[in-house]
Amino acid sequence: MKNIKIALVGQPNVGKSMLLNAMGKAREHVGNFTGVTVEKKTIEFEYQGYLLSMVDLPGTYMLADYSQEEKITSDFLKHEQYDIILNIVDSTNLERNLQLTSELLNMDKKMVIALNMSDEATKENISINSNYMSELLGVDAIKVSALTKDGIEQLLSNIIKTHKQIKKESKLVFSEAIEEEITNIVQFLDKNKFVNILEKRQCDNFNTSLSYRKIAIDLLSEQKYIYKKLHDEPIWTSLQPVVLKAIEHIKIHHNEDVMIDIMADEYMSFNQGIINETVETSKDITTQPSITQKIDNILIHPIFGIPIFLFFMWALFQLTFEIGSIPMDYIDEFFGSFGDTVGGFIAHDELRSLIVDGLIAGVGAVVLFVPNIVILFVGIALLEGTGYMSRVAYLLDGFFHKFGLHGQSFIPLVTGFGCSIPAYMSARILKNDKDRLLTMFIIGFMSCGARLPVYVLFVGAFFAPQHAGNILFAIYMGGALLGLVLAKVLKMTAFKGVSEPFVMEMPKYRMPSVVLVWHTVKSKTMMYLKKAGTFIAAASMLVWFASSYPKNIELSNSYETKIETAGDEKKSELTNELNEKLLELSYLGQVGKFIEPVFTPLGMDWKMAVALQTGLAAKEVVVSTLGVLYSLGGDVDEENSSLIERLSKNISFASAVAFIIIIMTYLPCLAATIVFAKEAGGWRYAGYLFVFTSIVAYALAFIGYNIAL
Amino acid sequence: MKITEAVIGQEYVVKKLHTTGALRQRLISFGILKGVHIKYLAHTNLKSTYEIRVGKMNIALRKDEAQKIEVQ
Repeated sequence: MKNIKIALVGQPNVGKSMLLNAMGKAREHVGNFTGVTVEKKTIEFEYQGYLLSMVDLPGTYMLADYSQEEKITSDFLKHEQYDIILNIVDSTNLERNLQLTSELLNMDKKMVIALNMSDEATKENISINSNYMSELLGVDAIKVSALTKDGIEQLLSNIIKTHKQIKKESKLVFSEAIEEEITNIVQFLDKNKFVNILEKRQCDNFNTSLSYRKIAIDLLSEQKYIYKKLHDEPIWTSLQPVVLKAIEHIKIHHNEDVMIDIMADEYMSFNQGIINETVETSKDITTQPSITQKIDNILIHPIFGIPIFLFFMWALFQLTFEIGSIPMDYIDEFFGSFGDTVGGFIAHDELRSLIVDGLIAGVGAVVLFVPNIVILFVGIALLEGTGYMSRVAYLLDGFFHKFGLHGQSFIPLVTGFGCSIPAYMSARILKNDKDRLLTMFIIGFMSCGARLPVYVLFVGAFFAPQHAGNILFAIYMGGALLGLVLAKVLKMTAFKGVSEPFVMEMPKYRMPSVVLVWHTVKSKTMMYLKKAGTFIAAASMLVWFASSYPKNIELSNSYETKIETAGDEKKSELTNELNEKLLELSYLGQVGKFIEPVFTPLGMDWKMAVALQTGLAAKEVVVSTLGVLYSLGGDVDEENSSLIERLSKNISFASAVAFIIIIMTYLPCLAATIVFAKEAGGWRYAGYLFVFTSIVAYALAFIGYNIAL
Repeated sequence: MKITEAVIGQEYVVKKLHTTGALRQRLISFGILKGVHIKYLAHTNLKSTYEIRVGKMNIALRKDEAQKIEVQ
């Protein structure tokens, strides 16, 4: 089957992910991490006997290299192999969107334009003559709506049609002065028989190379890559004066001394011409304040804006706890009875213990928290999908800036409440390396979804149910505030330097697409469950093994005789004592005992110390470790069967406080640490992070313990 | 005058961008360049961040950046 490789390009907030989703039938799912598409993503599906592979490029306003995302896109378009550009534009804001389109026209590639959100445009009384626009641009422009799925078929068949045809000549023209200089350079290249070996790109059925015209335009736009390439060619020495003179001439003619301004202005007037010819807007609508403006009057109100935001966050955590706790009882019950049923079928004592106490108890403890995690992810997806996220960045930038952070740091930081891994990756929106690293260092203080189980467990065990939601909110806010303070400390010491400018679009408010939110939440929940099924299941069994072996038969025997001769009451007491001692002598117990002295000042016993160590692998393992440790040893009284009750019986309040503080502040999971090292640019950064977080965690836990004591 | 000295709700024309390099590129990619009409919409409580409208797009700027845009 023939393959067509399509590069998907568009400005941010044009509904690119949604359009991809609407094309359906795709092999790969869309929207990898909440909202921000950082990684290149390829989606493949068959259409009319062709295999279409679409590469989803990060949204960019212009082909610049301001941020890492913009760089990814512009590098891909310049250097990679692909057949067609699919440019997605927002029909309701063509003035801005065509700016990128006209730059793309310059790429000298086959192209199709998707006029997305055409349903919204109709509602706003914007009518676009797409046929005439296609004619003027020399590129097919198709009206589509990702929401209503109108025009998708037509778009796809047009991609095939364009692919089959020979590339049309670009109709992008500049003003007279620039056209004149382009002609000069083209003639110079032609006269010198410049062999264009620059970029022979093998396409499906023909060879293209950069046309002279494209070389000329890129030279005049002062695009670095073309200078780099031509620099090594012998022709450069004679070409250079021609280019210099051309630029000089254009600058004088435009009475402007920066080429990017001139070129931007050129594109803008070209676009304005297109819009004047093809777009009609009825005037009466535009004078009224838009819905977005009305909502903004409340949500970004100078005084009420921040309290409203805090209220939303508070409500989210309340919901997480209140609604999340409803299905938890059922899940808990299910795993309990499931364990009993399975246990009934296994005759072998140790195997039964492995399956029931190790595997099922461990995984069950993690699955228990799926409802909470789903609610949290839905909340974050809504925050991003509606456009509210950037308002919050606007509201908080002044405040954040005081702590040495950037308003846009807010996005990775909030994502951090879901999971640190996408948070580290979304930190790429910060252009300045120091700002980015600083943000990444404190992402861990935003408690991720995986820590939620630990908090829910401990809050449930040590606080009254009516305070639980508030305590949870306090834990999350406390972590966030601590992160800010530490950011300031780091900014004054390790990350001194200039801050990145803050210039950001505030997109229109939109109803978030149910489909897209569902996709994001589903893929993240599946990721969590997958982790529960594989990594955590293995870790649970390992913990079980380490806590059940080596078997101490002598001790067991000596107790058994005692138990047999003892009275009924003494019997259960002795059994508990035996289990406790066996656990202490196990491998895990030995490790725990060894490190116990370090944790004694925090009021923790070896079991808690071990749980913290296993938590370095993943925070969910903390819960399953505690589950295994406190179900094998300690109290075996049937009535105190829940882990919450066992914890509140065995752990003092002050130690619990210290434990929560450490969970809040120490290193996130192993996977996140690996991603951190990758994104930060080296393992030594992971080392710094480990030292930094460990010191903070230990010091604060010590203080917390002594206050709570 | 600078945007930071402007009146909320008024429309202005960009006169000059007092910056170069990455920030200039950034402003231009948002359509902020000489001769363009912009509307000053709002600022945060402590005047640390400003909101302006260029064409149909709302843009948030920090004080330092807003001061680099000269309007009339």
